[in-house]
Amino acid sequence: MTAPQVTGQDTVAHAAETPDRQQPFAELGLTAAEFDQVTGLLGRRPTDAELAIYSVMWSEHCSYKSSRKYLRQFAEKAPQTSVLLAGIGQNAGVVDIGQGYAVTFKIESHNHPSFVEPFQGAATGVGGIVRDILAMGARPVAVMDALRFGPAHAPDTRRVLPGVVGGISFYGNCLGLPNIGGELAFDPCYAGNPLVNALCVGVLRHRDLKVAAATGPGNKVILFGSRTGPDGIGGASVLASASFEGSGEGAKRPSVQVGDPFMEKLLVECCLELYQADLVVGIQDLGAAGVACATTELAAGGGTGMRVWLDAVPLRDSSLGPPEILMSESQERMMAIVRPADVKEFLAICAKWDVLATEIGEVNDSGRLEMTWHGELVVDIPPGSAADEGPLCDRPAIRPAGQDALQADDPGRLPRPGSGDSDGLRAALLTVLGSPDAADKAWVTEQYDRYVRGDTVLAMPHDAGLLRVDEETGLGVALATDGNGRYCQLDPYTGTQLALAEAHRNVAVTGARPLAVTNCLNFGSPEDPAVMWQFTEAVRGLADGCLALGTPVTGGNVSFYNQTGGTPIQPTPVVGLLGVHDDVRHRVGSGFEAAGASVVLLGETRPEFGGSLWAWVTHGHLGGRPPEVDFAAEQRLARVLVTAAGRGLLQAGHDLSDGGLAVALAEACLAGGTGCSVTLPGDPFTVLFSESAARAVVAVAPGAEEEFKDLCAEEGQPASVIGVTGGPSLEVTGAFEIPLAELAAVHKQTLPALLA
Amino acid sequence: MKARIGVVTFPGSLDDRDALRAVRQAGAEPVQLWHGEPSLRGVDGVILPGGFSYGDYLRTGAIARFAPVMAELIPAAASGLPVLGICNGFQILCEAHLLPGALTRNAGLRFINRDITIRIENASTAWTSQYRPGQEITVVLKSGEGAYMADTGTLAELEAGGQVLARYTGGNPNGSVSDIAGVTSEAGNVVGLMPHPEHAIDVLTGPGDDGLGFFTSVLSAVALA
Repeated sequence: MTAPQVTGQDTVAHAAETPDRQQPFAELGLTAAEFDQVTGLLGRRPTDAELAIYSVMWSEHCSYKSSRKYLRQFAEKAPQTSVLLAGIGQNAGVVDIGQGYAVTFKIESHNHPSFVEPFQGAATGVGGIVRDILAMGARPVAVMDALRFGPAHAPDTRRVLPGVVGGISFYGNCLGLPNIGGELAFDPCYAGNPLVNALCVGVLRHRDLKVAAATGPGNKVILFGSRTGPDGIGGASVLASASFEGSGEGAKRPSVQVGDPFMEKLLVECCLELYQADLVVGIQDLGAAGVACATTELAAGGGTGMRVWLDAVPLRDSSLGPPEILMSESQERMMAIVRPADVKEFLAICAKWDVLATEIGEVNDSGRLEMTWHGELVVDIPPGSAADEGPLCDRPAIRPAGQDALQADDPGRLPRPGSGDSDGLRAALLTVLGSPDAADKAWVTEQYDRYVRGDTVLAMPHDAGLLRVDEETGLGVALATDGNGRYCQLDPYTGTQLALAEAHRNVAVTGARPLAVTNCLNFGSPEDPAVMWQFTEAVRGLADGCLALGTPVTGGNVSFYNQTGGTPIQPTPVVGLLGVHDDVRHRVGSGFEAAGASVVLLGETRPEFGGSLWAWVTHGHLGGRPPEVDFAAEQRLARVLVTAAGRGLLQAGHDLSDGGLAVALAEACLAGGTGCSVTLPGDPFTVLFSESAARAVVAVAPGAEEEFKDLCAEEGQPASVIGVTGGPSLEVTGAFEIPLAELAAVHKQTLPALLA
Repeated sequence: MKARIGVVTFPGSLDDRDALRAVRQAGAEPVQLWHGEPSLRGVDGVILPGGFSYGDYLRTGAIARFAPVMAELIPAAASGLPVLGICNGFQILCEAHLLPGALTRNAGLRFINRDITIRIENASTAWTSQYRPGQEITVVLKSGEGAYMADTGTLAELEAGGQVLARYTGGNPNGSVSDIAGVTSEAGNVVGLMPHPEHAIDVLTGPGDDGLGFFTSVLSAVALA
């Protein structure tokens, strides 16, 4: 005789007595070996509810089973630093920025949902990352987005891009968070798999730091925010952990959540008031894997046990049972651990903000996570086995056979305008500047609120977003995100380091000192040895680079299975870098705002065109080697930029990257509405279009020329005075002159023409 | 004694913090008001800030109009209390019938955040007396439902009565009828403006400081009252 099932649910007792029952582990994304591992650690088959927990917690998305082994390098190679208050493994890294302030920031992918349903997929991507930041005890203060789509002219891009941008605009604007920057890039490799990486940054006082740990037996577990519905079930285990292949028979039907930013805004204000009143012992947001993830991570984090009454979870759909409740990814929910004496006040604050809050369990010292459904035990597991001790894959990583041929295909063979070909140089500049990757992004960024909260000092189109943190002292933080799939395709190790180096420059050029890194690693299927090789190289490159620059990795996110059929995307690690600005009143923007400033090119230019925007846009060519990386040169450049900004020597500064000096000068002229006249040192084509790293162009304030020159000399910084700002055009002596109106037309028309 | 200017926070208000800062920067004492309390706490003027009160559910401003604080505000405004509605606040004032007309979806159907220029048409209201008639100022437009609409008769009355507060110059960004960016009540104490003056009070964080005049204007109005 088997144990009675009063509620019709698969109970622990029933599972023990029916060892041979067939369970749909494969449909839930577990392998046979993983299922056996679950059975082994429980000493019986799992219940349906337990199977739900393990299937989501051991998914690639939640367990990092293919990547964990490599991500350890971020800790092993971490630079000596005292700025990290919380690091990898927390909801987000927390960095000390001085004056008692800390900043927490993280970037996360929402690629697959954004392809299936662009608007809601992108919207809930913003919502999810904001809750990660909120869970650290911080007030979220800004967001950024790194977006990559298929070719700008492709019909599906017109479906996906406006939807994604609309979703980010809808959610972020309604939440009252300024959008201060990010990226927008196009490549055919993203046509069937766009990348939507959302970053959020939050500010807190040191004492407000919160942890995801259920401590103190007797404390209550409170679920608050939206009700739980059937949305997003299996999002982590299925959607984010496999490619779209083989979706026949409905076995792996993607499921995208629906966001309510108004609810999230209430949740943010409610949480901050709860923190202020010191009513929260531990807290966790509900994102991927919902209640399953929050309960196992809180219990594992506290080293305690927990008993949860699943039937107490408020539902939007009363037909949901334990497995669905555990896996649901309904948005705008948080879980807090609260002392019994504080529960009343906790609930009162939630009521003030019209936030539904429900006691659903209790912390105990059993070391087990137990869940009941109308009195019957349906889950009884060691929480760490789901949260921290998932399977570890050792996947083969093999350098692709075609890599050598790709690197040997040097762009040196491509036809290019010679030094006397003024028309050819002029045309090349306009072609590159008007390409979707370099074109003006206002069509997108105008849909985002960049002013709300009143602390945005720099936003698009400047190199980095810059936020004021303290109105009295002027303390602030700068943030940039960078990635370059073309460089990484050619050499994932160097390409990742170039992304890091570019983010470093983008932050430094505003006058902020680079401090710490987050990352979002977008790759194809880890089951493809070539992709796995790209991944291992990228991680090694980033870890080595962060060690060299002294900027620790504070956390991040891995997104695998970004591919269409058997074709993976270009490896696209996106690096987010945070810097601290001592006084934002001394910020440096990217635009030439006034005439009469010396235009100085900083750094050394070599003929480096592998993976360049010029080669791609004018020849459709991707081959050769990406530019060289020199972290000592990057650090030197950053020191010069930060020192010069602090002394007020600079009127403008702009990093050189995609499209080289040509694009940088055009952007600086257009951003500030002032032209310039320059004389190029060396072969005009190389100086204009090379993408050598560790370079920037600055406008030195009249009267500050000598001091800036001395500063460069002291640091050993290569610097050439190439011209002066002013006039109605971008003039290159002996080559061409382009009126700003013509530059602007080419720069601004591209995206509206393709998307409007 | 410093003038006390209240800023109402509804669920979903977003620019309340910015409005409070602008009030402080203008030299007045900012007072936080809560939507759920039927009290104006004796303030000398009230700002309904931008945002998405109640998530824009039903219609922008349609639910906020019934908040307990509005039960106090509506009669006070009728008796001459200076009230400024910015963006969502403007929408709420229209829903509350303190101002004529309505705000509808932008002509392009997309949210727009842009630095724009408006011309002050009426410089004798409680909120615009520090400007010159015809003065052009740069402020921030950021809205998805910013297109001002009114029927022909109402428009004629607004034009004839000098109730058009400000117009967009250099191109109509959102399809507002007659380029209208803001309107005023007949008495000049209740003003609604779609763009945001509170985001233009400091060159460091805005396109300039042209917007501060709205907040200094009300101080004069209060001093005279």
